[in-house]
Amino acid sequence: MAALDIFRAETRVWLEANCPASMRTPMPTDEGSSGGLRAEYKNPETKLWLDRMSAKGWTTPTWPAEYGGGGLGKDEAMVLEEEMRAIGCRSPLSGMGISMLGPVLLEYGTEAQRVEHLPAIIKGEIRWCQGYSEPGAGSDLAGLQTRAVLQGDHYLVNGHKIWTSNAHLSDKIFCLVRTDPAAKKHEGISFLLIDMAWEGVRARPITLISGYSVFCETFLENVRVPAGNLVGENNKGWTIAKRLLEHERKGIGGIGAPGAPTADKPVYVIAKDAVGEVDGKIADPALRNQISVQLMNTHAFQLTRRRAAEASEAGQPPGPMSAMFKYYATELNKTRYEAVLAAGGDQMLGWEGDEYDPNHLRNTREWLRSKANTIEGGTSEVQLNIIAKRVLGLPD
Amino acid sequence: MALVLNSEAQLVRDSALEFFADKSPVLMLRKLRDSRDADGFSRPLWREMADLGWTGFLVPEAHGGSEFGMVGLGQVLEAAGRTLAATPLLSTALIAASAIDLAGNEAQKQKYFPGLVSGDSIFALALEEGAHHNPNRIATTAKRDGDGFVLDGAKRFVIDGHVANQLIVVARTSGGQNDRNGITLFMVPADAAGVAITRSAMIDSRNAARVTLAGVRVGADAVLGRIDGGADPLEAVLDRARAGLAAEMLGSSSEAFERTVQYLKDRKQFGVAIGSFQALKHRAAQMFCEVEVTRSAVTAALAALDENANDASLLASLAKAKASDTAYLTGNEGVQMHGGIGMTDEHEIGFFMKRARVAQAMFGDAAFHRDRYAALTGY
Repeated sequence: MAALDIFRAETRVWLEANCPASMRTPMPTDEGSSGGLRAEYKNPETKLWLDRMSAKGWTTPTWPAEYGGGGLGKDEAMVLEEEMRAIGCRSPLSGMGISMLGPVLLEYGTEAQRVEHLPAIIKGEIRWCQGYSEPGAGSDLAGLQTRAVLQGDHYLVNGHKIWTSNAHLSDKIFCLVRTDPAAKKHEGISFLLIDMAWEGVRARPITLISGYSVFCETFLENVRVPAGNLVGENNKGWTIAKRLLEHERKGIGGIGAPGAPTADKPVYVIAKDAVGEVDGKIADPALRNQISVQLMNTHAFQLTRRRAAEASEAGQPPGPMSAMFKYYATELNKTRYEAVLAAGGDQMLGWEGDEYDPNHLRNTREWLRSKANTIEGGTSEVQLNIIAKRVLGLPD
Repeated sequence: MALVLNSEAQLVRDSALEFFADKSPVLMLRKLRDSRDADGFSRPLWREMADLGWTGFLVPEAHGGSEFGMVGLGQVLEAAGRTLAATPLLSTALIAASAIDLAGNEAQKQKYFPGLVSGDSIFALALEEGAHHNPNRIATTAKRDGDGFVLDGAKRFVIDGHVANQLIVVARTSGGQNDRNGITLFMVPADAAGVAITRSAMIDSRNAARVTLAGVRVGADAVLGRIDGGADPLEAVLDRARAGLAAEMLGSSSEAFERTVQYLKDRKQFGVAIGSFQALKHRAAQMFCEVEVTRSAVTAALAALDENANDASLLASLAKAKASDTAYLTGNEGVQMHGGIGMTDEHEIGFFMKRARVAQAMFGDAAFHRDRYAALTGY
């Protein structure tokens, strides 16, 4: 038997023995695991699953084993993913440590930084958040003003970050700061790692149109950051920032993909329940057409993601199409929730209360949440600029 | 199902792109149009295509073909779409080859495949009767007459109808006007008594015709497939036609889009390239996305048809709907972004918009296929 087949057989046996029953069911939105010192586990099996997977390094299958990662090759990681999907395993751990900071530390971090941070990310012990945007620096991220002044063995940091996702639940934050205000705006930026527990760091949740508070403002007042917490070179943080954004967009581009949390039933079932059916068709032809447009675009986009994955497996360079994923996925996700709202009618207009189905209430809040998709991680307009410049070669 | 081409399909693609760029640029279509060419396509070029084996891609090896399949033929059609090449590829190499292969008996295969593969025979599917694609609404009748049948009716939008040697006529042998049952396919020689064919001059300068059948007598051996059971093979043939046409449209859309982006770089106004204006950049970037997404749908449909996958019909409708919407977008944005020059007959961008409009309607427009996608999905 080929080595990969042996790995598959062993993986199947291990998952069967170790994945708790409730971790093989679709994940409710409030049972995700992002780890961290302040994590609360509504379902104790979430923690059990996290511990078993992280002990094998399979929360980060391809990270090097020397830091506690799985040390798997690309082929083995794909086998693991396939075997997990086959029995419906939930992802044991998510968050910005895994999806964004880890890959950046592996590429740009010092050995000391990797040893300090990677094992804690892999085990889900430390939760990270992202200190990028500022009130005056949104799409123009490089216009950020948070100052870091090197004073001997530490930086003194002062500034105001915004849209720091889950900062109030996070243990640490990776921040872009200005270390040279005299340089051109892209050339005076550095990348710092800061502990949320340090004196002078304060997070305040922001209530959004959805009623959720997943984003915060984070204030940094005279925070002393050891110089060893600089990632990469001083004033060279923009390169790292861009690299990390690529990882972020890849993550957001996964929205609406198979396996992502979806409405509790297909949108056409919601529509049939709400407006009735004639000969098996949704009785309202305009609504039916809206749903077809949405589902067909989603179908074609999923095929595009698969085409990109197959090209990458075949060893072809990532085609220009990868530049479109963030833009297309997020615009699609908005039309998806618009279709859900259109289908449900006034049942989807509830804010809270017992007279509304809890699934409908959740869909309505997710509809509002989806509006952020085309703003966060680079707006749709910024994404179109990137495609126009890098892919189409249109002039500035 | 592979969404990335294997090396054989890539080879076909490369040679087809080169072939059409060299031998059949858009200028060729203009010449055929301006000279009011009686055939509307180049017979010597068609012979070369047959020699390259493209006519035999869907024909079994036992009958002189290569069985290379829809993915391969899709590459050729896409390349043909890039230069708006007028060829009988769709009518003959795709539709007729499929109909004869899927519905025909051994004697019919032996009778028709040699001429089809060699390029000597051109075939045309005489299906449509109304202004909109509707394969079940057939009023053309075929009444039993001794051992054979007598056909009466009127067909329109018959692709390559006036150059065809053989018509594949969709007629009703029983049932009401919208019944799926009772449809039968007939092989009718174009020169049979009672067949009248009139060429239709359409906006895309490609070949189509109206066909009337008045007391046309055919023998029992003219029946292709089962009597009353023509709807199923017809649907399978149409799904291939939709995916193949979607591939052609993808080629035309890609070309129109790339030419438009080039124009945005070349054309200067207010002292700068107009491609520096964000209002145009964003629309160009959106077109890029739609072309890429369409490519995935088309490739998936072609591959699914080759594999007889369960979702082949669903994917054929997805491909045709996306290709239609994208062709509309690239054609109209192409003309708009070219400005005044785009309105002139001298410039070629208008050819792409006109072809797109015809191809959109052919074998079901985007609305038809959204409806079909919904029905196949169960809503």
